[in-house]
Amino acid sequence: MTVTQRARTGRATTDAVIEVSGLRKRYGDVTAVDGIDFDVRRGEVFAILGPNGAGKTTTVEILEGYRKRDAGEVRVLGEDPANAGLAWRARIGVVLQDATDVVELTVQEVVEHFAGYYPNPRDPEEVCSLVGLDEVRRTRVRKLSGGQRRRLDVALGMVGNPELLFLDEPTTGFDPKARRQFWDLVRALSAEGTTVVLTTHYLDEAEALANRIAVIARGRIVALDRPGDLGGRRQGLATVHWLDDGVERVVETAEPTRLVTELAARFGGEVPQLSVHRPTLEDIYLDLIGRRGDADVAEVAGRDNGSLGGDAATERVVEEETA
Amino acid sequence: MSTVTSRPALGSKRLPPAWRIALSRGRLEIKVFFRERDAVVFGFALPIVFVALFGAIFGNEPIGHGYTYVQVLVPSMLVMGVASSSLVNLGIWITSDREDGTLRRLYLSPMPRMAYFVGKIIMMVVVGALETVLLVGVGVLAYGVELPPTGEKWLIGIGMMLLSFAVFGVLGVAVSSLPRSARSAPAVINFPVLVLYFVSGVFLPYNQLPGWLQQIGAVFPLKWMVQGFQSAFLPDDLALSWPTHEWEHGRIVLVLLAWLVIGLVICLTTFRWKDRRHG
Repeated sequence: MTVTQRARTGRATTDAVIEVSGLRKRYGDVTAVDGIDFDVRRGEVFAILGPNGAGKTTTVEILEGYRKRDAGEVRVLGEDPANAGLAWRARIGVVLQDATDVVELTVQEVVEHFAGYYPNPRDPEEVCSLVGLDEVRRTRVRKLSGGQRRRLDVALGMVGNPELLFLDEPTTGFDPKARRQFWDLVRALSAEGTTVVLTTHYLDEAEALANRIAVIARGRIVALDRPGDLGGRRQGLATVHWLDDGVERVVETAEPTRLVTELAARFGGEVPQLSVHRPTLEDIYLDLIGRRGDADVAEVAGRDNGSLGGDAATERVVEEETA
Repeated sequence: MSTVTSRPALGSKRLPPAWRIALSRGRLEIKVFFRERDAVVFGFALPIVFVALFGAIFGNEPIGHGYTYVQVLVPSMLVMGVASSSLVNLGIWITSDREDGTLRRLYLSPMPRMAYFVGKIIMMVVVGALETVLLVGVGVLAYGVELPPTGEKWLIGIGMMLLSFAVFGVLGVAVSSLPRSARSAPAVINFPVLVLYFVSGVFLPYNQLPGWLQQIGAVFPLKWMVQGFQSAFLPDDLALSWPTHEWEHGRIVLVLLAWLVIGLVICLTTFRWKDRRHG
């Protein structure tokens, strides 16, 4: 991966590109965003992770200046997106989620056209090859595959050479190879200094790309941390399983090593059916969004699921005995 | 896909001039128009086909003063040509731009807002001018239609053309907020326009309509455009076929300007960059 650093002279690397506090948005009776606060620092990849309907897209659309908020303070690149002008728009890039426009034009024509809107665009040909559309540059957009179409949307989001790029569920519909390539592209843009705000319902995507993840559920941020620390992952309790006299024992403990040592002493060697399990990021995530125990848990990492997680987060069972 | 070489930031951070983006939008709109074969065939060719059909059916049927039906029809068809390339076109295309993400993408980009409308106007004028040339060309070559005989009549024709484009342009933007979806747009927009063609003297001479239909027709701009275009192409004797036996140029201008203002007000109050889903 070759990355040429972009000179951003006169700007500290730690200043906040986005500042959000107390943000709220309702649609009729439905509260989509219910008071959220976060900052995004320059150069960071910031993921907003949550199930469908959690408020991710609404939040991002407010940051993009596409939607009006009901309450709260928002600063993006130093301005209020609700009143920001064209010069501000030239500094941000937005990758649309479900556009079907420009179908009668070729890839090259579209990218060149949109490059013309910006004061300092990237080279359209370079952008096409960056997103992997080199071979279809002269193809009409109508004829592109679903994944190619999405990559064109990415190309149009980055052609203006933005300081801040919004990616709203960018890899929906990508095959695994295209997803990996897309991740490499995001990493490369980030390494250049582009700040990236990414919404996703793919846990692995957030973990692979983000410096920090905000987990959002029912319009609130339920956790905000680095992927490794999310939801107290490092301090998380380990679950120890073993078989004691034919009875299965399960203990959650912060000190699994001590417990296993004690057990080893008691059994005088091998502990029957011993296993020690630490929560995966997925376990933590499901706990956070209140989906643990739902039948459709497997959906979280994969397909779309329109429903919100229920409130039926089941309690972790400690010291439960089963015959 | 993994190699990023960025361009060094240039000294100037100024936005490109609005006129250049507007011209670029105009070029793009024209390109897209002629690549949409359906639109070209049905919208663009329809008035020409109508002239050819009516010409074949009523051919050289005299309607008085030594003029034939087709010679009177061609100026009326110009109104249909302008209406289809501006009013109907804009109404349908803007609805579809709203639905397919075009407007959303443009709204989120640093494109000056007016550049979108200027681009549509450029497209509308180019398409409408081509339509006019073809319509008049077919009339002159096949049916003995005469071009405006005097410089004054030419000026009236060009003035009518500009005024009609302006009125239909703003009304096209205005009606784009009516259809619920791009799929229903052609029906929603064509229906009232087709009715207006009949009550405005486009297909049938206005003086053959019953009085109450004439009064309905007179409320809308199409009747006045037909009258204006006829005054450019036909001798003044034929003004007798209109209720006041005059071309009424002053009143035509007044009515069309009123509609221009009404259309502008509707545009300014109802135009939405976002579709209904994005409230």
